[in-house]
Amino acid sequence: MSLSESLRSVTSGSYSVSRLGEALAKQSRSVRWSFGAICILALYLLPWWPSVPVLGWIVETPGTSFPSVLTDQVVIFVLVALGLNVVVGLAGLLDLGYVGFYAVGAYTVAILSSQHANLPWLLCMPIAVLVSMIAGVILGTPTLRLRGDYLAIVTLGFGEIIRITANNVEWLGDSRGISNIATPPSIGPLKFTVLDAKPYYFLGFTTILIVIFLLRRLENSRVGRSWNAIREDEDAAELMGVDTFKFKLWAFAIGAAIGGLAGSLYAGKVQFINPNNFPLQLSILFLAAVVLGGAGNMWGAVVGGALVAWMPERFRGFADKRVFVFGVALVLVMVFRPQGLIPRKIRKERWLESWKPSTEADLGGKE
Amino acid sequence: MSDNLLELDHVTMKFGGVTALDDVTFAIRRGEILGLIGPNGAGKTTCFNVVTGVYAATSGGVHFDGTSLAGLKRFQITKRGIARTFQNIRLFPDMTAVENVMVGADANHRTSVGGALLGLPRHHREEAEGRNTAMELLTFMGIADRAGDAARNLPYGYQRRLEIARALATKPQLLCLDEPAAGFTPAEKVELMDLIRKIRAQGYTVLLIEHDMSLVMGVTDRIVVLDFGKVIATGTPSEVQDNPAVVAAYLGVPDDDA
Repeated sequence: MSLSESLRSVTSGSYSVSRLGEALAKQSRSVRWSFGAICILALYLLPWWPSVPVLGWIVETPGTSFPSVLTDQVVIFVLVALGLNVVVGLAGLLDLGYVGFYAVGAYTVAILSSQHANLPWLLCMPIAVLVSMIAGVILGTPTLRLRGDYLAIVTLGFGEIIRITANNVEWLGDSRGISNIATPPSIGPLKFTVLDAKPYYFLGFTTILIVIFLLRRLENSRVGRSWNAIREDEDAAELMGVDTFKFKLWAFAIGAAIGGLAGSLYAGKVQFINPNNFPLQLSILFLAAVVLGGAGNMWGAVVGGALVAWMPERFRGFADKRVFVFGVALVLVMVFRPQGLIPRKIRKERWLESWKPSTEADLGGKE
Repeated sequence: MSDNLLELDHVTMKFGGVTALDDVTFAIRRGEILGLIGPNGAGKTTCFNVVTGVYAATSGGVHFDGTSLAGLKRFQITKRGIARTFQNIRLFPDMTAVENVMVGADANHRTSVGGALLGLPRHHREEAEGRNTAMELLTFMGIADRAGDAARNLPYGYQRRLEIARALATKPQLLCLDEPAAGFTPAEKVELMDLIRKIRAQGYTVLLIEHDMSLVMGVTDRIVVLDFGKVIATGTPSEVQDNPAVVAAYLGVPDDDA
């Protein structure tokens, strides 16, 4: 299969995903739920996909263990894309230093479980999420008064500050990094060891499902509506009573918390981190994942994150040229699908069909 | 409680060397429709922007419902009860019509991240209330048939009405309309006049900026005329119409008087 053919199949694939979504929306609740359950089950079995004929040839990652690609790359990128999508896609704030929050999460786990204490991973993880969230608030409070390009530059600086600080402060392990980071505790037969990546995948995938569930709740609420209004027209939103600063800060904090969560999973998996794990390039790739998938669409972020993580491994056969192939693939996808693979949709107000006026049209007077 | 809902007290607004508003004093009484008119560049929209907190007045004060608005943020002023529309339509284009109005209704809601994540009863109550308010307002404005469409896909007249619906959803005491009839056909203007009267009949006070003289004369109770940032006349439509200063401002001074 030539490159252009495979690209066309990717873009047309995303068309049919959209169409599939529309077809599903018409089905009854039970049909939709069982379809969702089958998808989730199939994705839980993802580590075994390479042994399936045809499908295996598509997803396989030559030269690298597929389950390791899933845990070290795909799960992390999907989580990070979900978090960054809140900031960039929903609230419309350009964040070029997102790797900073990811690093804060990873370093919190590393410090608390190895460098300066011996806390179990399960305790470190929520602390890491909280610390990242606080980092988001600390960065956001002064900078969210800026807009657009200015915000992008300040966040870019933040990502670098975190990496350079970690590189130069001995307490943070300086350039040697931190090793012997705690792994998640065993759950029954699931043992988190270096020998088997699958338990990490199950943990990561479950985390992704929980994050999606929580983000959906936010999207379908006053919070999500405020974020959308801010992205569309910040001034108009504020004049309609939206406390724009508060909701922008929430977007930053929630995005940072998810980034920190991804960092804590990563640290628990690789058990060794150093500042080189958190380069500026990673921030750019995270942003590429969101934009490629479709900024503002959670499913887009999932697909974008997975593709950006998986593609370089799939193309490893191209050796030195794989980054080039990856770049060309990104450019071509953006040419054919400028809004991303699964673009943001105009909301379907399903309740409208069943809405009945409670009384005849009346403003009800003012209070 | 005073009869005046909003008072502008010697408001001056300067942008560098330009004085956009010069010692402007006028009041809006509860329940009236006050027209704010004047030639292009007279300071009408600046006046709106000072009232809604977009600009902080260089000097002078704005009092709403007996208290000063000085130092309040824009969204706080909206929550106090002043809502506005924009001269150049500023909807949330990629959001549906009903969502646009629900953003306005959210000004009266308090659900935040915690309530939404946990799905607290207040979240569900406020969502249902927001939907009902939004649909009732869209019905009232006569645009409920396109409730589920993106704002940017609505026809121009619908967009103008949607802006009014969104402003009303914040449950204001004072509704500020910035040239709501701009670009309307005469027939649409007549409909809009009826609509503004209906809005007033619901108990709202309306501040109306308008270029179209017939609209202003037909619908307002009183008129304030601005010219070069100064109030040059205040009175009923017929008083203002015959005021020589107003005629001069709009039509210029005849050569032999100059």
